[in-house]
Amino acid sequence: MAALAFINRNLLVYRHTWGILVASVVEPLLYLLSIGVGVGQLVGTLPGLHGVSYPEYVAPALLATAAMNAAVNETTFSAYTRLHEENVYAAILRTPSTTADLAIGEIGWGAARGALSGAGFLAVMAALGLVRTPVALLAVPAAALIGASFGALGLLTMTFLRNWHDFQMIQLFMLPMFLFSATFYPITVYPPAIQIVVRALPLYPSIDLLRGVTLDDIGAPIGYALAYLVVVGGIAWLLAARRLRALLVR
Amino acid sequence: MTPALREFAYWMTRYRHNWRSSAVISILNPILFLLGLGLGLGTLVDATGHAPVPGSSYLAFVAPGVLAASAMQTAFLELSYPVYRALRMGRSYRIAAGTPLEPGQIFAGHLLYVMFRLVTTSATFLLAMAVLGATHSVGSLWTVPAAVLTGLAFATPAAAMAITVQRGATLQLVFRFVIFPLYMLSGTFFAVSRLPLWLRDIAYASPLWQGVDLCRTLSLGTATTTGTLTHIGYLGALTIAGTATAWYCYRRQLHA
Repeated sequence: MAALAFINRNLLVYRHTWGILVASVVEPLLYLLSIGVGVGQLVGTLPGLHGVSYPEYVAPALLATAAMNAAVNETTFSAYTRLHEENVYAAILRTPSTTADLAIGEIGWGAARGALSGAGFLAVMAALGLVRTPVALLAVPAAALIGASFGALGLLTMTFLRNWHDFQMIQLFMLPMFLFSATFYPITVYPPAIQIVVRALPLYPSIDLLRGVTLDDIGAPIGYALAYLVVVGGIAWLLAARRLRALLVR
Repeated sequence: MTPALREFAYWMTRYRHNWRSSAVISILNPILFLLGLGLGLGTLVDATGHAPVPGSSYLAFVAPGVLAASAMQTAFLELSYPVYRALRMGRSYRIAAGTPLEPGQIFAGHLLYVMFRLVTTSATFLLAMAVLGATHSVGSLWTVPAAVLTGLAFATPAAAMAITVQRGATLQLVFRFVIFPLYMLSGTFFAVSRLPLWLRDIAYASPLWQGVDLCRTLSLGTATTTGTLTHIGYLGALTIAGTATAWYCYRRQLHA
């Protein structure tokens, strides 16, 4: 299948840049140590969360963020390079592959990267004693779903970028989303109007999903999170495929 | 015009064209950290009464830390990749070296530009601190020169390294595995005194901790003469050593 061949190609490229894989686990680990453990000593126990320590609360949010960042980096920075600088897409389209295969391949690769970074960080969490139940292994498929959904959103965004300066706009969106999506404190800290905005951002349901899975607290929020990621990711996928077709097939 | 100012003018001209995109990382980034962690997380910390410094809010504690850490980050980003590119890609250094400009003057001019960036970004951040109520007194103004000194302690060795390395990827590794860990673990967000003993000694040796503590004590009005002089001495020594090394490395790369 063409999309699988594309994923395999990206995997082969990664043999040379595996340092990025390591970095995508080290970065959330540093946040975990600094904010989770360091500031956690100042926070104590969280209101409304019985028996969950602060590092346990922050870790799944960082796992979701790791999966998100891995996928978005792939389908924006790397995909942009493949499209405009390395001309990988143009080369692939000379084969029987289509732009639809490209979209599936990129998003599938986003899912794979999300799962890889998620699994790596889950291992770190387990080593630090922050995993309570074998159910937490579900974090890996959850990270794959987050990777696919954000990968599709990233790919769609990438098709609109005009030059390297535009990447600052992605940063401008990603950093506040990371800091404000109830990553480090419960959403109840915000006034109701802001809560609505935060809930609508894609990172919030992703974090909810992973907290549910790793804290062994599978309840109502996970249904919303799953539906959100599937629907938003699906729409982004269809739009991205159309945009790629418009860009590459005239 | 003294020769070094010509190199400074070159970087200022570039800055006039791309200041918008550089403002995102050097100004907006730290302010978002201040809002998200200082204000947001601060509500949890202050509610439990575990304030890291008695009598001051978590926001007032964390803000000068972020100021110092982002001075380090800005200094590194402004003087590592740009130096590497000016030598090996856009090659503006090579062109400048073909004029009567001396390598040391090229370095001095570029460093002057980075100082300008450090002063303006630190002052903007201090203004944001004041608006959020994270400053204590007029004494907080001293955090700007303190942050600039912290930046220089990182900028000068970074320049020496960036002009020497063969591959840009090396700089990326240094950012990910040295600069970013320092940002997170040098007492920026929590008091180093709460770390286990062996980690505490490592943190005290970190130049960023020196800068964080310098800015924090000045901002909170808890600075002691001995402490302040130690921090300034440490950061000053690093700046001088970095400058000397960079001076030597620039000469070797540009006049070889």
